[in-house]
Parts: sequence; C-alpha cells; structure tokens
Amino acid sequence: MAEPTAEQIRDNQIYRQMGLTDSEYERVVARLGRLPNYVETGLFGVLWSEHCSYKSSRRYLKQFPTSGPQVLQGPGENAGVVDIGDGIGIAFKMESHNHPSAIEPYQGAATGVGGILRDIFTMGARPIAFLNSLRFGSLEDAHTRYLFGNVVAGIGGYGNCVGIPTVGGEAVFDDVYRDNPLVNAMCVGVLPADKIVKGTASGVGNPVFVVGSRTGRDGIHGATFASAEDPHEKERSAVQVGDPFLGKLLMEACLELIETGAVVGIQDMGAAGLTSSSAEMASRAGGGIELFLDKVPVRENGMTPYEMMLSESQERMLVVMEKGKEQLAFDILAKWGLQIGEIGRVTDDGMLRLWFHGEQVAEVPVKLLVDDAPVYDRPVAAPQEAPAKHVPLPNADVNLKDALLGLLAHPSIADKRWIYRQYDTTVKAATRVGPGSDAAVVHVPGTDRAVALACDGNGRYVYLNPRKGGAIAVAEAARNIVCTGGTPLAITNCLNFGNPEKPEIMYQFAEATAGMSEACLALNTPVVSGNVSLYNESRGKDIFPTPVIGAVGVVEDERYVTPSSFLQTGSAVILVGPDDDALDGSLFWQQQAGQAAGDAPRFDLDEEVRVQRFVHTLIRKRLVRSAHDVSEGGLAVALAEMCIDGGMGLQVEVAEARDDANHRLGWLFSEAQSRVCLEVRAEDVERVLEEAKALGVPAAVLGVTGGFTLTVRDGRGTWLEVSVSELKDVYRKTLQEAMDRPVSQAG
Amino acid sequence: MKWAVVVFPGSNCDDDAVAAIRRLGDDSVEKVWHLERDLSAYDAIVLPGGFSYGDYLRSGAIARFSPAMQGVQEAALQGKLVIGICNGFQVLTEAGLLPGALLRNDNLQFRCEMVRLTVRNNTSPFTAGYEVGQTLSVPIAHGEGRYFADEQTLLELERNHRIAFEYETNPNGSVRNIAGILNERGNVLGMMPHPERAVANWMGSEDGLQLFASMRRYAKEAIHVG
Repeated sequence: MAEPTAEQIRDNQIYRQMGLTDSEYERVVARLGRLPNYVETGLFGVLWSEHCSYKSSRRYLKQFPTSGPQVLQGPGENAGVVDIGDGIGIAFKMESHNHPSAIEPYQGAATGVGGILRDIFTMGARPIAFLNSLRFGSLEDAHTRYLFGNVVAGIGGYGNCVGIPTVGGEAVFDDVYRDNPLVNAMCVGVLPADKIVKGTASGVGNPVFVVGSRTGRDGIHGATFASAEDPHEKERSAVQVGDPFLGKLLMEACLELIETGAVVGIQDMGAAGLTSSSAEMASRAGGGIELFLDKVPVRENGMTPYEMMLSESQERMLVVMEKGKEQLAFDILAKWGLQIGEIGRVTDDGMLRLWFHGEQVAEVPVKLLVDDAPVYDRPVAAPQEAPAKHVPLPNADVNLKDALLGLLAHPSIADKRWIYRQYDTTVKAATRVGPGSDAAVVHVPGTDRAVALACDGNGRYVYLNPRKGGAIAVAEAARNIVCTGGTPLAITNCLNFGNPEKPEIMYQFAEATAGMSEACLALNTPVVSGNVSLYNESRGKDIFPTPVIGAVGVVEDERYVTPSSFLQTGSAVILVGPDDDALDGSLFWQQQAGQAAGDAPRFDLDEEVRVQRFVHTLIRKRLVRSAHDVSEGGLAVALAEMCIDGGMGLQVEVAEARDDANHRLGWLFSEAQSRVCLEVRAEDVERVLEEAKALGVPAAVLGVTGGFTLTVRDGRGTWLEVSVSELKDVYRKTLQEAMDRPVSQAG
Repeated sequence: MKWAVVVFPGSNCDDDAVAAIRRLGDDSVEKVWHLERDLSAYDAIVLPGGFSYGDYLRSGAIARFSPAMQGVQEAALQGKLVIGICNGFQVLTEAGLLPGALLRNDNLQFRCEMVRLTVRNNTSPFTAGYEVGQTLSVPIAHGEGRYFADEQTLLELERNHRIAFEYETNPNGSVRNIAGILNERGNVLGMMPHPERAVANWMGSEDGLQLFASMRRYAKEAIHVG
C-alpha cells in the first residue's frame, strides 16, 4: 500500500489518525511553510502528542521548584541526579506505564520497568534499586485479579532478570481504577557526581549509532495511544514486548561504553523511539542530526522510514560517539553480542533530516518538533462544590475491633508480601531495609552511606481536596524517608490524571501540582524528574487524580537506619504530631459510606515541617528504637502494623476519657497528617517530650510495648483488645486469599 | 588462594559473590568472562546466580555450552572446588556435574524470601564449618528451584550423604526438601539459596559466610578431597 501524499493527508484529514488536531496540523503547515509528507506528519504526530510534548501540563510543571545545592541534574535529562556527599550522585526517575498495562498487563508492566531502567543507566549510573506504585480496582473483580497478577509477574519478570532488587513500593485498590490501573515504576542508580552523562547530540560530524535490539514493527503509535482515552478500544498489538536478558546486556554494554569516556551523548529509545531520541538529543545540543535509515538494523524486510521512526521496539539506545572512536563501540557491543549500526551523524544546521537509500524522506527543524510544540492553557473549572460534601457521617455504633480488623483486611492496607515475594528484593546484597517498611534503605557500595527510598500517593485525598492532597503526597513521601532514618533530598513524580480536556480535571491538575510545589519548597525536596500520564479515563469515568511521589533521601550514617515495627518490649510509644479525631478522607469512612468522604485529612505544612525536623533530630540523637508514620487506616492501623511485624503487643492508655463514640472512632481511624509513632526507651521519655515541647511539636505517650494483645483503653473502659496473632492472621492472608480465586482475561 | 567467579551473559549475582569472598580476607577473586576456556589458575570456581541467556530455553541450558564450562569440568575432575549458586546450580545439573534437574516452582511464581535450611552434611569442603542438624537463615530468589531426581538417584544421594542442605519449610516443591547437593567426590556443590546474600547482620543473616570460609580453609590447607 502506497503512503498517502502530502495533499491526501491534508484533504482527507489523515493527520487526525496520526494524532494531530486540525489546529495542530495547521500550525505545522504554517511553521514549515509547506505541506508535510507522510513521514514528517508522523514525526509531528508523536512528538506533539501529550505523552512526548506535555502540552497540557507544561505550564504547571514549570512551577515546580527544581533547584537546590543538592541537585546535580534537574528535569530535562533522562533522569534527575542528587548529591549524597562523598562525591556520589544518585540518579532517579519514575515513569508510568498505565495504558499498556491495562491491555497487556505482563508486557505493559515489564516494559515499564525496562524503560525506566534505561533512563537511569543512560545517565552513566549503575542501577541499584527499583520501586513501584500500583493502583487497581477491587480484587473482588476477576479481571482486576488478572491485571494485578500479571502486572506483578511482569515487574518481577523484568526486574529479577536484570538483577536489580525491587525494594519497595505501594499498592492501592479502589474501584475507580478498575478500567485504568496505574503502573508507575521507579529506578535509582549510583554514579560519580562529576560523571553525569547527558542525552546530547553535539559535535558536528560525530557519528550516531543505534545499539541493542533490532528495530521491528512493534509498538508503532505507542505514544499517541497513551494520549488517547479508553485503552479498551486500543489494540493490544501496539504494546511492546520486553526482553530483559537483552536489557541486562544492553545495560552492561552501555555502562562499559560510557566508561571509555568516548560517549558524547546517549539516550533511551522509549516512547516514539528513534523520533524522540534523535530529535531530543539534537534539541539539547541546539544542533541538527541526520539519519540514514537504510542503515538501521531491522527485524524484518520491507520496513518503511515511517515505521522505523515510530517503532517502539524495546532495548534500543541512540548513542553519539566521538569521531574516530567508533571502533570502541563496535568492540564493546560485539563482546555483549548486541546489534550496532552507525546510522547517522551530528550536523549544525538545526534540521532533523532523514535519508533512505539515498533519497531524502524528511527534513524538519528540530526546534519546531521539540520546542515549538503547542502549549495548551486548557480551561480550568473548580467544581460547584467539594465532591464528597454530602456523604453522611459514619455510624459511630460500630464494634471497634471489627472495624480495625476490617481495615487490616482491606487490600490497600493488608500485608503486601504476596506481591514482593515475587520480586528479587535482595540481589546485589545491599538491601538494608526491603519492602514492608515506611521506606526502603539501600547501601551505597563503597561508602558508609545508604539511600532511603519511598513511593507515596493517595488519590482519594487529591480527589477530595486537590491542593491539600498534592501537598500531602509530597509530605508523606518525605516523612517516610525521615522515619526510616534518612534526610529527604529530592523527589520524582508520576502525575496520573484523567482527561485534560475536561475543565474539572485540569482544575485537579492545577491545584494538585500547586500543592505539591508548596510542600516541595517547605520540605526542601525539589522535583528533579518526572512524568505525566493523562487521559486515564474509561467510558467517560476518570480515575482519582493520583500524583505519585518517589522520594530519595540520604542516610549519612547507617546507624540511623530505623525499623518501622516494635523492637523491644517495655518501650514507651509516643505519638508525635497533632491530636485529631476528624475522619475526613479516611479509609474507614470510605468503607462505611461506600465512597470517598469528607475533605482531605487535616494537614498543615508548618506542622509537617516541625514534626519531620523533630523526628529527624531524635533519630540522629539515637533516641528512637522504631518509627512508623500514621497513614491510611489511621493511628489504630499504624500501631497494629508495628505490633504485627514486631511480634509483640502494645498496651495503650488514652489520656483523656470522654464518653463520645465519635471521638473514639476518630482517635483510632483519623488519617490526620504529620503524625509519627515512635518507640523509645522508657528512660528517654521525659527527654523526648521536653525536646518536642521546645520545638513546638505536640507529643504524648500512648502506652507500653509488650503483651499478647493490642489493647486500647481509657479511664472509663476498654475500647478494643485484639490478640496480635489475630491481627497478623487477618493482615497476612488477605492478598493471598484474594489471589487464590480464579481470574478472567475478559474485561 | 585464587577464586574465579564465572560471568555468563545474564549472570547477576557475580558481584555479590565477589564481595562475599572479599569479606574473608585478601584472597584473589577474579570475574572470569564465560569465553575463557582455561580455568586451571584457580583453586575454587563460583558459578553465580542470575539468568544466563535469559533462561529462555531452560535455566542453565545454554550456559552449559560456554567455553568456561570446559574449564569447570576439568577443575571438578582435578578435585578443585566448584560451587554453583541458584542459576549456577541449574548450570551444573545441565552440564551433568550434578544429578537431577531444577523445575519450575510448584507455586508457579518467582519466590524471594529468607528461608531456614538444615545442614545435612558437614564433611564436605563447603559445609565442614557447620554442624549436622544446624539451621541456617539464607535467602532464596528463584522461579525454577524445584529440585527433582528419580528415586534411584535420591537413594544414592541420601546413602552417600550428598544432600548438603534441606529446606525446613519447602518453598518450591523440591523433592525431599532438597536445597543443595554434592557430587560423588564432594568437591562440587549446587544450591538454590544464596549464601552470598547472608554475610552480614544487616542482611538479616551471616550464616552464609561460613560456607565460603570453609571452602577457603580446605583450599588453603590443601586438604585432599575425594
């Protein structure tokens, strides 16, 4: 079939199928001064897609704080890099693979892991850890079980094979994600702080190589597909297939190649493959690039320039070498048994020029493709009233023990062992704290330091109050780093939202990112990398707005590493942070009401900063045995988790006795923020309380560790008493039992 | 003493093995690329964990044809020490240096967790530092670790004390809870758990260190094997 002519593309509006709107096409024609041919239209279609151009989100992303003395590389490169001292940099980024995972969960998730892995080693960093953040519908649904089971298997399938430990993450289950599961993967790597490699195509005449896998017809239109709604109408064939073995070889080969010092620039071929990698590399250098597409190693005969430029075949990199050093690349790639093709060279005329068998098939200004993509200031409209304003208050007449067990049995709270035992969590023998804690801690080879890593985000809070919810996401991620013994340094994020063409969704986006910015500033955790995933809607229904934060901190001395469960009987347990009994935004209220309810939980940024500073200081004074932040499920769940994993009970005496059932509910299940449970030696209690007072941080003794039960009582009587073994049983078996049930591939 | 850690394409526990051995002292430890045929310079050879050749055909099935495996065969014949960990164990069974095979876990999932092992033999160069019946904490991380052998082979293994380690609680469906076995001469050990990931308290266990220490003592003191 012959490709349509430039005139046919215009007359038959073929550009629409290639991802361009009428006005975008007109913009191309006007700037180009002529009609684009088929290949050129394809280039604009993918690079101007939401996925590649961030055209709806860009103006908001610009507001994020991105700098600070700890930032070695901010947004704009393949990953951000922070300085953890001793000349060591930590590169990290998080990326979404939501749409492919909804259709082909195993490969969608696996290639998400592979893609983020390449973004990290591209920086010259050796990857040391993966984390992931997952959202699914209810596990009552057989199709959700199919998606969930295969996503977990796919993450493990790729990560285990490449030999990087998966050390942490989170998984949340809520009906709103039924048709739009979220799969966000984060990778972290280590590199010498002065040896950051960039994705730059500079030096006129330098040769350009494609290395790794051959280019096939898979994944064509992946980027445009991620930018259109309703994955169920999309073709499964547009999902790429990963090859982790090749990914591992490519990682080793690229790191070896970078080690030679002859690499000018290198970039992963992710979304929009050769198109985005070549155009972006040329754009960063402010120059041009020309490619001879007949030189690209291909998987099958008869591939057209259009197909080669849009292919999303996995495990490929674009590499610019110093001229004259080509042989180094050929030798190293041959050692690892990988393909390499010299396919082009760097130019200085600012053009992306494509040749095929001696014929020029495209010539487009790089600047037009990359920097002059349209930026939309989409309409923003606040909803008439808060979304959950009229939800009736929870019934206070409940059995408190049953309520606690009900929360522990909720898959969002229940033990995630079913997930993470499928991941290799200990390869590299550097995992100090693996999954199941507030944050993971990974030893940095060759130093006495470690990095603390956490993923957090609560879509329900953002839905109820986007600004507060956005700030909470950042605060909680940083708080988890602090609780584990780290100093938060910076964050990456995945902004998972619905359809940006709806003003109320753009309102969520604008508010949530503003809240994130405020928290990043206050907590001194700039944004150094990130990714936006829009159009997470199906059948007209949008997901909860779900910004997911990946936070990185440094543990300057490994003695600061702090567990999140009770270590010893006879310790005092202190609640740091505000006393609050409002159930706004809580999972408890949602379970009762059958929907998200109230406002987002109490949150005050100044209070948050003080609490984090206090806990951070106490840990450095070695006054904390264990620490756990209060999050989903509230104080009762936080304490139960500390008991379960610590294998001991806790006797809580609530200081203020009140005959008020609502107060009891709120005390147990409020998800008010900025709260941390600390286990301290009995003899240190006075000192801890005094220091809290001096810093203006509320702190109160809750009780004493030990015994077989978690018991909460006040002067009037016992609120609840549950044996630790019963807590543990419910907590541990939920996911296993859910996943023992049959699955259904049919959505 | 000179150690070789063989690196196949797709090996990923090679650095961990090197780091574990370095904890013992100043032995020479070299990573040896799988194309190296001659391993005669080394006193002990480690086949590390990972996914050699992606394990796409069958775990270890392709790696066994690597040139380095000729060197491994010769070393084994000469009575030198050879240990295969996880994927290395799979390679050793594929190469016929150890009997039996490693099948897909009975739960059909990859499993990574700390497991308890019972030491069944303490006369081998690998296990002499342990007591028979002693329990060790060592992590597993595999999807194809279900040991299988025919009844005749199992009898033979038991009779000759060639079962080095058993799982206290079977994580993968291995026949007779087998976690690690020795060859007839006792100088080749294959085990699915990862002793190199249990060499420091902060890893959750340091029970694996003794295994490498024991190998070292045998090689250093030139105790005759077999």
